[in-house]
Amino acid sequence: MSELNLEIDGRAVAVPPGATVMDAAVKLGIYVPHFCYHRKLSIAANCRMCLVEVERAPKPLPACATPATDGMKVRTNSAGAKSAQQGVMEFLLINHPLDCPICDQGGECQLQDLAVGYGKSASRFEEDKRVVPAKDIGPLVAAEEMSRCIQCTRCVRFGQEIAGVMELGMIHRGEHAEIVAFVGRTVDSELSGNMIDLCPVGALTSKPFRFAARTWELARRKSISPHCGLGSNLVVQVKQNRVKRVLPLENEAVNECWLSDKDRYSYEALESGERLTRPMLKDHGQWREVDWPQALERVAAELTKAAGSVGILATPHSTLEELYLAGRLAQALGGSADFRLRQSDFSGDAKRGGIPWLGMPVANLDGLDRVLVVGSFLRKDHPLLAQRLRQAAKRGCRVNVLHSVDDDWLMPIANRKIVPPSELLEALRGVNGTPIGESLRSGRNVAVLLGNFAQQHPQAAQLQAAAQALGYPIGFLGEAANSVGGYLAGLPVGGNAASALGHKALVLLNAEPELDCADPQTAGQALERAQFVVALGAFRPARDGADVLLPIAPFAETAGTFVSTEGRIQSFHPAVRPAGDARPAWKVLRVLGNLAGVAGFDYETLEQVREACLRGKDLAALLSNRIDLAASPAAPAPQGLQRIAEVPIHFADALVRRAPSLQKTRDAQPPRAWMNARLMQQLGVSAGQPVLIRQGSGEARLAAALDDRLPEGCVRVPAAHASTAGLGAMFGTLGVQAVAVGKAA
Amino acid sequence: MLSPESLRRIDREIAKYPAEHKQSAVMAALIVAQDEKGWLATETMDFVAQYLGMAPVAVYEVASFYNMYNLEPAGQYKLTVCTCLPCGLQGSLDAADHLKARLGVDFGETTADGRFTLKEGECMGACAMAPVVLVNNKKMHDYMSNAKLDALLDELRKR
Amino acid sequence: MLDYGPDAILMAGLDGANWRLADYEKRGGYEALRKLLADQVPPERVIAEVKKSALRGRGGAGFPTGLKWSFMPRQFPGAKYMVCNSDEGEPGTCKDRDLLRYNPHSVIEGMIIAGYATGSTAGYNYIHGEIWALYEQFEEAIEEARRAGYLGRDILGSAFSFEVYAHPGFGAYICGEETGLLESIEGKKGQPRFKPPFPASFGLYGKPTTVNNTETFAAVPWIMRHGGDAFLNLGRPNNGGTKLFSVTGHVARPGNYEVRLGTPFARLLEMAGGTRAGKRLKAVIPGGSSMPVLPADVMLATDMDYDSIAKAGSMLGSGAVIVMDETTCMVRALERLSYFYFEESCGQCTPCREGTGWLYRVVHRIETGRGRAEDLALLDNVSDNIAGRTICALGDAAALPVKSFLKHFRHEFEHHIEHRSCLVSGPDSEPKWGRAGAHLPPAMARAA
Repeated sequence: MSELNLEIDGRAVAVPPGATVMDAAVKLGIYVPHFCYHRKLSIAANCRMCLVEVERAPKPLPACATPATDGMKVRTNSAGAKSAQQGVMEFLLINHPLDCPICDQGGECQLQDLAVGYGKSASRFEEDKRVVPAKDIGPLVAAEEMSRCIQCTRCVRFGQEIAGVMELGMIHRGEHAEIVAFVGRTVDSELSGNMIDLCPVGALTSKPFRFAARTWELARRKSISPHCGLGSNLVVQVKQNRVKRVLPLENEAVNECWLSDKDRYSYEALESGERLTRPMLKDHGQWREVDWPQALERVAAELTKAAGSVGILATPHSTLEELYLAGRLAQALGGSADFRLRQSDFSGDAKRGGIPWLGMPVANLDGLDRVLVVGSFLRKDHPLLAQRLRQAAKRGCRVNVLHSVDDDWLMPIANRKIVPPSELLEALRGVNGTPIGESLRSGRNVAVLLGNFAQQHPQAAQLQAAAQALGYPIGFLGEAANSVGGYLAGLPVGGNAASALGHKALVLLNAEPELDCADPQTAGQALERAQFVVALGAFRPARDGADVLLPIAPFAETAGTFVSTEGRIQSFHPAVRPAGDARPAWKVLRVLGNLAGVAGFDYETLEQVREACLRGKDLAALLSNRIDLAASPAAPAPQGLQRIAEVPIHFADALVRRAPSLQKTRDAQPPRAWMNARLMQQLGVSAGQPVLIRQGSGEARLAAALDDRLPEGCVRVPAAHASTAGLGAMFGTLGVQAVAVGKAA
Repeated sequence: MLSPESLRRIDREIAKYPAEHKQSAVMAALIVAQDEKGWLATETMDFVAQYLGMAPVAVYEVASFYNMYNLEPAGQYKLTVCTCLPCGLQGSLDAADHLKARLGVDFGETTADGRFTLKEGECMGACAMAPVVLVNNKKMHDYMSNAKLDALLDELRKR
Repeated sequence: MLDYGPDAILMAGLDGANWRLADYEKRGGYEALRKLLADQVPPERVIAEVKKSALRGRGGAGFPTGLKWSFMPRQFPGAKYMVCNSDEGEPGTCKDRDLLRYNPHSVIEGMIIAGYATGSTAGYNYIHGEIWALYEQFEEAIEEARRAGYLGRDILGSAFSFEVYAHPGFGAYICGEETGLLESIEGKKGQPRFKPPFPASFGLYGKPTTVNNTETFAAVPWIMRHGGDAFLNLGRPNNGGTKLFSVTGHVARPGNYEVRLGTPFARLLEMAGGTRAGKRLKAVIPGGSSMPVLPADVMLATDMDYDSIAKAGSMLGSGAVIVMDETTCMVRALERLSYFYFEESCGQCTPCREGTGWLYRVVHRIETGRGRAEDLALLDNVSDNIAGRTICALGDAAALPVKSFLKHFRHEFEHHIEHRSCLVSGPDSEPKWGRAGAHLPPAMARAA
C-alpha cells in the first residue's frame, strides 16, 4: 500500500499505513507532550497529554492512538490543542504532591519538565490531595511515594508485554486506582529495573539509588556491561568518583532501551567491603600488605622460575586487552592460557571453522520465525536475548526448546523436549521427525541456538556438530562479555582451561576457581598442587588459595574492550578512578611481562594493546560456527543421579556476587536441590527437607525442592555458589541422601 | 481451597468461553468463591488465578474494580442501599438513614455482632422501585418503606 | 396484567409470570426466527428491514441499529460476536430489568436474528450484577431455547448455528460502555478501549462484534414479524417504534411506560400519575443521569423522541426520565450525580479520573455551605476540560449535568455560596452528610 500524506503544523509528512499521528510527528521531529505513550509498549491513550487538533474532528484526539489518514491536517500547538494539553496537565498536577525538592526523579522528571511548559504557576485545586500508601515491592525498585503516580500504566504494560509477567497491576478504580504488586508479593522479574526508567514521575525509583544524588550532580559516562554476551550499552553515572547509578544507553541494535537488573545494579559491588585495594603477599601463611613493586617483583620472579609451566586462567568477563596480554604472557613464558573456564569439552578446538558466535546480528533474532534453543537457562543467562525472542514469539515465531530443565521463559513455547544431560546429544541428533523438527522445517527464517548449558556440556563439540547437521543456521549464546573476544585475543594458548590447571605456576585473572571453573574440585586441587599462585582480582577471594593477591580495577574503573556475542567490538573508558591502589589489569600484566623480560611488551597505552591485538584481523571473516567433527558414538548412560547445574544469574561473576541489592532478590536465594516427585519418593525426602549432596570428594547440604518437570534420575544443583563450591563438575553424577532433621550433617 | 460444588460451577462458566479465553470466567469464578467464602482473601484470589491461568495481580485488579466483591470479611448479611439521585428522590436516602439508626453503623461498617454490613451502592437498575436494598449481592428487596426495612431486619435476624 | 400503557408492543400481554418459552411462543414468539430460517431470507434483507424500521439504539447513544449491523464484515473467517448490553446502571434507568424479568425470550430471539443477519457465531448477554436473580432466570431461558432448537448447531434444521451465553456484571457502571463491557467479558477491568478500532472490526477477543442494548434486541422480533414500516410508523421518521421510558423521582407512580416515540412529555408524565399532589414540576432529566437537565417549561413543550429532545437541549439517552418537583434542591441533586460519576470513573484516563473527584468535591463544598465565589466558574471550566477529552463518554456524562445544572439553576448555586444555605429549604437546613454521602438535605428528604 502507498504511503499516507498528511500535514502536521503545516509541514507535510508521509507515513506508512498503520502509522499514528504520533509516529508522523516523531518523523517530523515535532514533539507532542506525552506520558503513557512509549514506543516499545502497547498504546494506552490514557494520560491524554498528547491531545492534538485534527481538522474536521469535533474534539481533540490523542496523537498516540489516532491513525494517520491521507490528507489529515493536524495542529499540535494550536490554541485548541494547547488548551486541551494544559487542561490535562492541570488534572495531572492536582493530586500530585509538591515534593519535587525531595524527589529522586527531580531534574529528570517528565511531569516536572512538561509542567514548566504546560502548567500554571498556581493551582486552582484547593481540596485535599490524594494520599496513596507506600509499597514494598522488593530490593531493587522503590515504590515508597506512590502518591506521585499518574496512573500511566507503563510499568504494568512493561510487565505484561516486555518482561512477560504481570507483577504489577492497577487495582481499584477512578481516583482510588493504584499500582500494586499482588498482596505480599514482590517484583521478581530479572528486567524489573526498566520500570524505573519507564516511570515518567518519581513513583517508581531505584531503591539502591534512593536519596543518593540529584540527577544534575551526576557525570554521565558511557560504558559496556561486563556480564552476559550481549554487551549492553550503559550510562554510568558518577558523583565524586563514585558510581551512583547505571542506566541503559539506548542502542536499538543491542539492548534497545532496556537493561537486565544484573547490568543495572552490579555497580554496587564496586563499593563492596570485599574490595582488594592493596597488593598482598603471603609470608609463612600470613597475609601482609605490600607495595606494588615488591608484589610485582615477587610475581615476576616466581613466574620466571616456573617458565615453561605457567597456566593463566582468565574469566571471559576480562577485557580484550587483558586477555590478549595474558595470552602473550603465557606464550612468552611457556605454558597455557584460556578464558573458557566453565567449558569441559575442548575436543572441538582444532576442528572449528572460526570463532563461535551468535551467527547473526542480535537484532536479527527479532525476525526469526522458528528457533530451537538447545541447553539454555535463557531467561536468566541472557535476559535481554530472551526478551527479543519473547517479542519474536509474540509476532508468531515458534520457539522450541531442548534442555534438561523446563523453566518458564514467559513466552509461548511451541515444543519442548526435556531430557537428562546425558541424553541431550542423542535428542538433538534425533530432532528431525519430532514435533520440534517439524516446527523447524515449516519455517523460513530458522536458527538453532546453543546456550550456556550446551557449551558447558561434556559433549559440547558433538552438540555443535549435531546442531550443524540439522541444516539450519546455528548460533552460540555467548556466556560472557568476552566469550567472542577471548578467541579474538588469541586464546586459548598452549592448551585449554583444563590443561592450564596442570602447570606449576598459576595466574588467575578475575577468576575465583571454586565458583568460575567447570569443576571446582579439580581446580581446587590444582591450586593446592601449584608451586605458586597469583590472583589478579578486584575482590579478596573467598577461598585462600593464592600466594600473591594483586588488586585490579574492575568494570567502570578500567578501560577496555568487549566483543559481544554478535561480534560487536565495543570499547569503553573508565567512569571512575580505581579504588585504593587497584590498577588496570592490562598495566599489571604489561609490567609483569616487562619484569619477566618478555620481548615486545612495551605498550604505553591501552590503545596500543588493542591495536596489537586487532592488527590484521578481520573479525567478520574469523567468526564461524562451522565444525568438522565426526559424530561420536553415543556415550554409555551414566550410573547414578545426574547433576544439572546452572550458574544462577546473580552468582555468575565476581562482581555480581558482591552486589548487595541483587543479592537480596529472589533470584539470589540460596540454591536448592531440585528433583521430581518420583526421585523424592525414592530418596524418602520431602520438599524443604535438608539433603546431603555428595560429588567426588566433596559434599553440600541443601534443602530439597520439588520440580516435577525435571527429567528422571536428575538433581538440579546449581554451581557458582559458595554452598555448592565443594562439589565436583557441573556435569556428572552425584549422590543424594536425606538428612534426618535435627541431626548434624 | 474451593468446594467441588464451587469448582463445578466455575467449570460451567469456563465452558461458556472459547478454550483459550478461560480468563473470561474470572468474574463468575470470584462470585462463586465469594459465595462460598464470604469474601475474597488473598489465598482465594491466588487460587482463582491459578485455576484460570492468570497473573494473581490481574485477578486482584478485577476483584477490586467491581464493587460487589468483598475484599475484606463482611457481616453475615451485606445490605447495600442505592444512594443515586433517582432513588434519593424516592426516599432511599431516608431508608439508608433508617438502617444506620437501626443498626448503629455507618456505610462501610459492620455491626458488632457481625451480622450486618451496611454498604452504599450505586445504580442497581431498579430506580422506579426505590428504595431498593440488596442483600448479599443476590437478593433484591424493593419499595422498602421503614416498616418493610424493619421487617427485613427482623427476618434476617431470625435466620 | 402488567400495564405499560396502551401503545405497548414489547411489553404487551405480560402478566409477570408468563416469561417462559411456551408463553412467549403463544404470543407469537420465535415465529420471526422460524420464518427467516424457513424462507432462507438473505441476511442483507434482515439488515435492510431493520434499517427501514428506524430502530435506534436504546442504550443511550441512539445509533441506528441496522447501520451498526451493516458494519460487521461479511467475509470474515472465524468467530464473530453479538453482545447484548444488559448492564443497566445509568441512574434512572430500569427498563431492561423488566424486559429480562418478564420477556427474556424476546431478547434471545432478537440476538439470534441479529446473529443471523451479521453471520455471528455466538452471543453474550452481559447482565448487571445487581439483578442476580435475572441472571439465573436468563440462563434458564437460554436453556429452554436451546432445548427447543432455537440455539445450538444448525438451528431448526438450517445451516445457521448460534449460541447465547449470559455473563455476569458485578458492580461497575462503566461496563455499560460497550468497549468496557467487552473488556469485562474478557475477564479484565471494564476499562473502555480507545476507538478506533471499533468493535465491528476489533471487538470481543479481537473479533468483529456488535453490541446492542437489551431493548434494541427485544424490538427486533417485532420488526421482523410486522415489517420495518410498521415499526417506523409507530414513531416518527428517523425515530421508529415505541420506547420504554423509566419515569422516576417525584411522580405519583414511578415505573416503566412504553410509548410511541414522539409522544408528548406531558402525556408520559400523566401516565406516571403526574407530579405529586400540590407540587409543581421543576426540572426533568429526560434521558438518564448523564444527560443535561431541562427546566419544566422546556420539557412540557417537548415530545419524547431522539430528535425533539435533542432540539430541546438534552438527549433521549436510555429513556430514563428523572422528575424533580419544586421541593428539590438542585445543588443537592447535582451533588448526588457528581458523586456517582466520581465513584464510577474507571480511573483509566486523566481528565475523568482527576476531574470527577474535583467536580464532586467542589459541588459538595457548595452544598455544605463552604462554597466560594469563584467556584461556579471553576466548575464550568473543569467540566469543559473533561468533556470531549476522555477515552469514553463517562467524562462527558460527568461534565454535562454540571454544565446544564449551572446553566438552568445557577441562582440556586449562587444562593448556596452567598448565604451558605439552601434556596429551597431555607437557612436552617444545615446539611449533615459527609463524603460517603447518604443524606439529602432535609427538604429533599422530606419531599421524598
